[in-house]
Amino acid sequence: MSAQTLYDKLWNSHVVRQDADGTALIYIDRQLVHEVTSPQAFEGLRLASRRPWRTASMLAVPDHNVPTTNRAAGISDPISRIQVETLDANCAEFGITEFKMGDIRQGVVHVMGPEQGATLPGMTVVCGDSHTSTHGAFAALAHGIGTSEVEHVMATQCLVAKKSKAMEVRVEGVLGYGVTAKDIALAVIGQIGTAGGTGYAIEFTGNAVRQLSMEGRMTLCNMAIEAGARAGMIAADDTTFEYLKGRPFAPEGEQWDQAVAQWRELHSDAGAVFDATVVLDAANICPQVTWGTSPEMVVAVDGCVPDPLNMSIDKREGIERALAYMGLTANTPVTEISIDKVFIGSCTNGRIEDMRAAAEVARGRHIAANVKLAMVVPGSGLVKAQAEQEGLDKIFIAAGFEWRDPGCSMCLAMNDDRLSAGERCASTSNRNFEGRQGQGGRTHLVSPQMAAAAAIAGHFVDVREWK
Amino acid sequence: MKKYTLLDGLVVPLDRANVDTDAIIPKQFLKSIKRSGFGPNAFDEWRYLDHGEPGMDNACRPLNGDFVLNQPRYQGAQILLTRENFGCGSSREHAPWALEDYGFRVIIAPSFADIFFNNCFKNGLLPIRLAADKVDALFRAVEANVGYRLTVDLEAQTITTPDGAVYPFEVDAFRRHCLLNGLDDIGLTLQHVDEIAAFETKHHAAQPWL
Ligand code: SF4
Repeated sequence: MSAQTLYDKLWNSHVVRQDADGTALIYIDRQLVHEVTSPQAFEGLRLASRRPWRTASMLAVPDHNVPTTNRAAGISDPISRIQVETLDANCAEFGITEFKMGDIRQGVVHVMGPEQGATLPGMTVVCGDSHTSTHGAFAALAHGIGTSEVEHVMATQCLVAKKSKAMEVRVEGVLGYGVTAKDIALAVIGQIGTAGGTGYAIEFTGNAVRQLSMEGRMTLCNMAIEAGARAGMIAADDTTFEYLKGRPFAPEGEQWDQAVAQWRELHSDAGAVFDATVVLDAANICPQVTWGTSPEMVVAVDGCVPDPLNMSIDKREGIERALAYMGLTANTPVTEISIDKVFIGSCTNGRIEDMRAAAEVARGRHIAANVKLAMVVPGSGLVKAQAEQEGLDKIFIAAGFEWRDPGCSMCLAMNDDRLSAGERCASTSNRNFEGRQGQGGRTHLVSPQMAAAAAIAGHFVDVREWK
Repeated sequence: MKKYTLLDGLVVPLDRANVDTDAIIPKQFLKSIKRSGFGPNAFDEWRYLDHGEPGMDNACRPLNGDFVLNQPRYQGAQILLTRENFGCGSSREHAPWALEDYGFRVIIAPSFADIFFNNCFKNGLLPIRLAADKVDALFRAVEANVGYRLTVDLEAQTITTPDGAVYPFEVDAFRRHCLLNGLDDIGLTLQHVDEIAAFETKHHAAQPWL
């Protein structure tokens, strides 16, 4: 057989049937469920008197609507509460495992799944959430789906799909001090654009990717969707296996050895052909800061806000609109942009390593007087517990940060955590769209280190200078 | 699912690239557990001058007169003409629900985000990819002519302009078939129950940890 890409292998091993025009039924191994995109799917099942095909493949958690303070008081917004209660009721009715709000395993769905070992190499993973691409870090084929498809997978264990094209994003070399997986992700999006990956499944390869921890790999795959690709993925290796060993849903004993033997095949073969290849040199990647209202509107921290007059005519209007929304003037150095709030968390950067990196910067320092709120929201209850065991909470609190309970929080501001109009935020999340963190709010996407440093300085700083 | 039939509809031009699903339906409306009633909140932050929350009486809210959907000449539009990468961002199907509930049946753009594109077909909404220069020409025509309409024939895969120009478009054969016949994907897939079950048995035998 000719050389295959990782994507070919994952796709081929899940095709149940395929029509002449390429429309295929793909078998789904794992479906993750959260409260926002599932109620209509469960309702659809009920209306058609259908049952889920395989409840053991499903794992549910409320994350978008949960409060990050004073949990004992429950959810105050009645509409949010109904949505979470609806998830609880649906899971109970259909016999689906759910980690409820009080459970230490509760967290952002894309942090919780891998942490439980519920995402394994070679799997197909879906969730009614675009950042499902995160799970591709485990050499899984993982992507977001709409609610109709959630219902379809529940009812049939399959998805109707057509194969995408394959893109290789190869990052060679070594990342410099203070440069992270988040910066790779933003640099890639800056280079290929938010639609650059549309129609593709991206595999991240190269030395710099191999050297990333699983946390870093998840950050990178998480943002594949911001480059337009539904799926991002990384070959399995010892880093993958070490992360998974001993996790609750991972295989044990003899089955573990059998699994690892199979998982070792989950990489692109030498000579495999991609439909497109993008190459970046890690040594040239600087800490990144977005300045606009799309993740592709990004510059290096030592750069300036762009000048629409230097741009091609067709880009000019979009840039002017973004600058107006962001309240920024062309040619302003990034390090002169001062901020009002800081958000450290989300499925992009809410894992233990992110907490550690931010705490390292905050240690022995204090947030600036102009910073109204700097919040750290761990990605899950287990991340929170681990961080507390390491004393990270104390570092944050001493530095003036708020230490919260796990959830999506101000990544999309569906709960009470949000920006007011005009407020400017350094955020470790993944989207800087207009109104994403609250109507009129202004989001700058950065790594955890850069967010923590901005909180301390009150404006963006080049964290490399704090070595 | 609603069947898609031949449409002769008024066109509204939304001259922005990268319109994301947060803009199409802001997150506060995602708290609903229903799949209908999102139309009045489509493009909420652009359409109204105040901040919208679920449960408000939208008829009483102040409209943003500058926003194209609010202009009198575009009332009743069923065809949305827009720019590249429409529907990027979140996978929320609430976005096509809102557009469909507003009254749109067709969206024409040079490109769409993948998940959004997929979601449209599940909801009787036809997304059409048309080359950027053709989209440009349509923008000019719509803006120059009040009451500009297009005829979109899914069966024939053509868009016809008032002056008789015909733009053919591509659409996946399976999706076209489902849309024209209002077919429910789940019902179709369940015709293959035996194949799925056989695959599953084999798959789990090879990977017993799944
Ligand atoms: S943390 Fe943000 S991006 Fe991730 S699932 Fe939650 S809302 Fe979506």
